[in-house]
Amino acid sequence: MDAFILQILNGLDKGSAYALIALGLTLIFGTLGVVNFAHGALFMIGAFCAVTLNKLFSISFETVDPTKTDFLGNPLKVKTPYLESWFGPELGGAIIDWSVPLSLIIAIPVMIAIGLIMERGLIRHFYKRPHADQILVTFGLAIVLQEVIKYFFGANPIQTPAPDALKGVFDLGTWLGLSLPYPIWRVFYFLFAVVTIFAVFAFLQFTTFGMVVRAGMADRETVGLLGINIDKRFSIMFGLAAAVAGLAGVMYGPINPPNYHMGMDFLVLSFVVVVVGGMGSLPGAVLAGFLLGILESFASTTWATTTLPGINQIIIYLVAIIVLMTRPRGLMGRKGVMEE
Amino acid sequence: MFGLSRSDLRLMCVVLALTLFAPIILNPFPTESAMAQFNAGYPDLMQRFVIFGIFAIGFNILFGLTGYLSFGHAAFLGVGSYACVWMFKLLGYNILPGIVLSVIVAGLFSALIGYVSLRRSGIYFSILTLAFAQMSFALAYSVLSNPKFNLTNGETGLQVYSDDPQWFHSDRLPDLPHLFGIPMRATHQLNIGGWDFQFNFGYYVCAVVLIVAFYLSIRLFRSPFGMMLRAVKSNQQRMTYTGLNPKPYTLAAFVISGMYAGLAGGLLSAMDPLAGAERMQWTASGEVVLMTILGGAGTLIGPVLGAGFIKYFENIFSKINDGVLHSWFSFLPDGLENLMVDLVHPFVGKGWHLTLGLLFMLVVTFLPGGLVEGGQRLGRLLTGRRKASSDAEPNPTPAE
Repeated sequence: MDAFILQILNGLDKGSAYALIALGLTLIFGTLGVVNFAHGALFMIGAFCAVTLNKLFSISFETVDPTKTDFLGNPLKVKTPYLESWFGPELGGAIIDWSVPLSLIIAIPVMIAIGLIMERGLIRHFYKRPHADQILVTFGLAIVLQEVIKYFFGANPIQTPAPDALKGVFDLGTWLGLSLPYPIWRVFYFLFAVVTIFAVFAFLQFTTFGMVVRAGMADRETVGLLGINIDKRFSIMFGLAAAVAGLAGVMYGPINPPNYHMGMDFLVLSFVVVVVGGMGSLPGAVLAGFLLGILESFASTTWATTTLPGINQIIIYLVAIIVLMTRPRGLMGRKGVMEE
Repeated sequence: MFGLSRSDLRLMCVVLALTLFAPIILNPFPTESAMAQFNAGYPDLMQRFVIFGIFAIGFNILFGLTGYLSFGHAAFLGVGSYACVWMFKLLGYNILPGIVLSVIVAGLFSALIGYVSLRRSGIYFSILTLAFAQMSFALAYSVLSNPKFNLTNGETGLQVYSDDPQWFHSDRLPDLPHLFGIPMRATHQLNIGGWDFQFNFGYYVCAVVLIVAFYLSIRLFRSPFGMMLRAVKSNQQRMTYTGLNPKPYTLAAFVISGMYAGLAGGLLSAMDPLAGAERMQWTASGEVVLMTILGGAGTLIGPVLGAGFIKYFENIFSKINDGVLHSWFSFLPDGLENLMVDLVHPFVGKGWHLTLGLLFMLVVTFLPGGLVEGGQRLGRLLTGRRKASSDAEPNPTPAE
């Protein structure tokens, strides 16, 4: 029982990342009808927002401490981050320690800006072109973004630690009488994902803006005829989708140190998630994201890998193929979306 | 002649001449000169031109004619490579059985994948093929390399070991890939003046295969079958209304292009008997898409040009380092020289992929017809002639 619940929990953090990326992909697809191969790159850029902020915060100056010497007998050089000298060691240290959650504040405007630039500058010109062209141009863009990040940050993964307070392991099962040790940051990531997903849904459901966007998704032409500038709203949705992917990336850093190709690794799986969930269905994307994350986690157990070696590597693709064969529209796909 | 129209025959002759005299054409600079680094006339690179040309021709049969964008074609290349190395391991180093088997295996594999993926079209098809290719990659990389059943040898890559059976191997035969005793590596050096031309047997084997593959693709493009594939691209619904089922045609195109990919994979292994899983990765699939688009999808010569272009610049750009850049810009004043080197630096050497990505975006945005269309536009510009028919065509470039 313990092990069973633990596997579900293990699947949740990856599932959260899949769900968030797939949500953004579906938003873009549902509004603008564009297949965005650069969405994984946005996830990666989000993670590197956290890396950049962490580096900026840790910029330090060196002072010589005459009272201490190092092992060669020279006076010891002490590195002090500027932040600590400005705000005092406690507040400064805390800011550096909490750099990843703090990056969220920076990442939201940055990602929205990147999303808007992408949409207005490039993708806008591809609405009337075939899907193949959209795929190809965003694929090229993904390569470019990836290489730019690689140029500035190098090819190796960069550690972005979680705050000390959220580092340890937390026993989720204490009040259930079970033993479920689980890293706090992963719980945090899952909660963050749930909040983000609810926020997006609430935004679409309860605001006038969201209502117009939903109307535009259902019938773009009519909304346009009513005198509403739907293109502008859809561009903003692109920015929002980019921000969702970016935030997912920011928070993913402490789970897996970010490197320049993490976006591509997630992108392929997120596409599969979108297809399994049903193209154009937001709840489907979220549901499929979590489901596939949990499935992957179950397939990674020793029992599964000894019975069927390597099943953890291919399970998601297998499920996707089976789903598409039996339910071509995906789990929650609607009729008429992407059916030539 | 040979069932070709006059213009096709001319094209065929151009390709024939280009491939047969490639060792001379691609070696325009004397060996000792500073420009020698731009020479491409050495066997390894020429083999890659031709092999990826075959791969792209095959991909073009699917994408250029039917419009189905497969993002998983590298899987067939990889399967072909593995099949060929297995023939080396079991039968011996003669490349003929290896290449034949790689075509057959890739054909069967693509029939399987095509049968499933072609149930969907458009973006679903692209994602399905991508998923299949990633699955094959995962299988080859880890799953099928367990000690009990080692089919792919995982990360190391499949290669021939001395304790492999090699039933038809004898001491008279060379201990490396050969065709009836003539090793692939056999190279005839020809020194004329400052030039050093290398005529490699392996290259000529590939070249002959390319010519045959190109000929078949011309015939296919001009056949009624090719017409059917174009009908699939332009309007499937209308095709169905006229009582034709598009499914068998698309599946046939998919299998044919899979076999071309397998052939290319087999040749890759024949030139260098080592097959690794990274050949199946989705970036490799992206590369062949890129070659086809860059050259001009749907045209006959385009994919070959695209493959040559990308492989050539990949090779040249990767070689350029800061030292070379400094020597280029040495005529400038020092400050300006360093500035220019810093500006160009990110795009060359290890930054080749950045250039590739930018190129990809530019080509898709401004030149959807690829190099072939670019050449035609340039030709029209030079002759000052504008064909009325091409103006009537819907212009796919964005209004920028």
